[in-house]
Amino acid sequence: MRITQGTFSYLPDLTDEEIAAQISYALERGWPCSVEFTDDPHPRNSYWEMWGLPMFDLKDPAGVLQEINECRKAYPNHYIRLNAYDASYGRQTIALSFIVHRPPSEPGFRIDRQETSDRRVRVSLHPYATDRPEGERYGDS
Amino acid sequence: MSGNAGTGGRWSAGVIPYAEMGYWRPDYQPKDSDILAAFRITPQPGVPPEEAGAAVAGESSTATWTVVWTDRLTSYENYQAKCYRVEPVPGQEGQFIAYIAYDLDLFEEGSIANLTSSIIGNVFGFKALKALRLEDMRIPPHYVKTFQGPPHGIVMEREYLGKYGRPLLGATVKPKLGLSARNYGRVVYEALRGGLDFTKDDENINSQPFMRWRDRFLFCMEAVNKAQAATGEIKGHYLNVTAATMEDMYERAEFAKELGSVIVMIDLTIGYTAIQSMAKWARRNGVLLHLHRAGHSTYTRQKTHGVSFRVIAKWMRLAGVDHIHAGTVVGKLEGDPNSVAGYYDTLRLGKVPADPVKGLYFDQDWASLPGVMPVASGGIHAGQMHQLLHYLGEDVILQFGGGTIGHPMGIAAGATANRVALEAMIKARNEGRDFLKEGPDILRAAAKHSRELDVALSTWGDVTFTYESTDTPDVVETPVSV
Repeated sequence: MRITQGTFSYLPDLTDEEIAAQISYALERGWPCSVEFTDDPHPRNSYWEMWGLPMFDLKDPAGVLQEINECRKAYPNHYIRLNAYDASYGRQTIALSFIVHRPPSEPGFRIDRQETSDRRVRVSLHPYATDRPEGERYGDS
Repeated sequence: MSGNAGTGGRWSAGVIPYAEMGYWRPDYQPKDSDILAAFRITPQPGVPPEEAGAAVAGESSTATWTVVWTDRLTSYENYQAKCYRVEPVPGQEGQFIAYIAYDLDLFEEGSIANLTSSIIGNVFGFKALKALRLEDMRIPPHYVKTFQGPPHGIVMEREYLGKYGRPLLGATVKPKLGLSARNYGRVVYEALRGGLDFTKDDENINSQPFMRWRDRFLFCMEAVNKAQAATGEIKGHYLNVTAATMEDMYERAEFAKELGSVIVMIDLTIGYTAIQSMAKWARRNGVLLHLHRAGHSTYTRQKTHGVSFRVIAKWMRLAGVDHIHAGTVVGKLEGDPNSVAGYYDTLRLGKVPADPVKGLYFDQDWASLPGVMPVASGGIHAGQMHQLLHYLGEDVILQFGGGTIGHPMGIAAGATANRVALEAMIKARNEGRDFLKEGPDILRAAAKHSRELDVALSTWGDVTFTYESTDTPDVVETPVSV
């Protein structure tokens, strides 16, 4: 399966050049970028690990792209996403967030169903990957 | 006004013109805390516009048709609404805009029912007017702050769903009536796994003999959960809890919450008080609240009589909904581009500047009340994605019912086509391309990687609904969407 979180999951994976264009869009609007990675892609896992702090003062898309590539080197078997943050008054939240790196294979999710009364079924979503310890979930690293 | 003019001044028994009773005050400077209204008035022949404006002010505040001595037991000048300006409508003979100021004390805190009973309660049937339309209102922060407002708002909704940087996608399950619960849930599953964020009950899906609400909720939530597993994304189905009584609505909403639904839905037809009750329920329970504006066109569409939708949008932001249908510009339902832009500004911005081109008569400061996510629904398809993004922007839910379910390759393919088209358009916009002009090229290029989109474009690519709008601002020529 292919996890379709993020702004661009239904397009072919973005090239570095295309990623840089999106970074430029964010920086032109004064949105600092940040890089995050995880091997627990549950949709309710809000807090992916931070690859350093948000790059508040970085104005060059190439610098952001370099951080993405460093993160890819360190975590080739994780999901990596790029966030752009809008700190303007009344907004103060993420403005753009898309996956820039995926593990080689994505096993997806199992549904655990617990049958209860009155035909109700309690459902929980279980990422197959999280059966293994953190850091060992997708491939070797 | 006809009738016997009093002979002994303001307090003589009998009938005197409203203007002379203090409701026409051209010298009045509205206070920051006043609630202001702009009415389009069409007086009967022979009625001066100032008198008609004063009559509207009077009948929507303290006045009755004759002098009453009991006014003198009150500090009546505070309670009288004041018509402070009357202007002819350009190009519309016999029509005027009357500006009326109401003191804050005239209204109960946090009550749309009270606000509307005052402002539109009695006056619309008034014989001295041929027609009357409430065009816009200025709600001062003093009054805004007495309302809860949207249970979550746009920012919280995005954080709750984990979806940023693009409009959200939805579809209403079709056919509207007749599907069994199991078949209905199939449509939900296919549309969500294909790439939509939301599916939706239609306004008239409540609990009918062919499908009772509890059965629908169970099957729909099975579908939602399966789609979440298939995509790793948060998904939702607007479970319509509209019912005959508050008790029924609470029961249905509680059940939706218990099943893990992120959202419930109500219809405008349930009434303002019921909407406010559901808004409080939704805030208390962490469930998004979707409002379908069922019935609004009966009073919003005609330009000379009724209530403009921009006013309904303001009332609903105060009452507190997270989503409201607000027009598509390009789809099958009424909506001129400038007026729709005015509705969207009203729903989304923190401070909305007056703009006659958009039909906005007043500055509106929302005083940190969260924004409402507008919903565009009705006769739109993937081939219009560039126009939709241009007219409606990013904080909007685009709902493609027929444009998803009618896809020749199936519902999931229809959903995928819409999602591919949307992401391709956002990507192109962010890359700095002139996406409105190049839209068709951007879509064709994206379709090279997506057979679903390719088929959608060849099925609906040239479907348009180009009729002249009924409800347009007065200051500009009626624009036509490109």
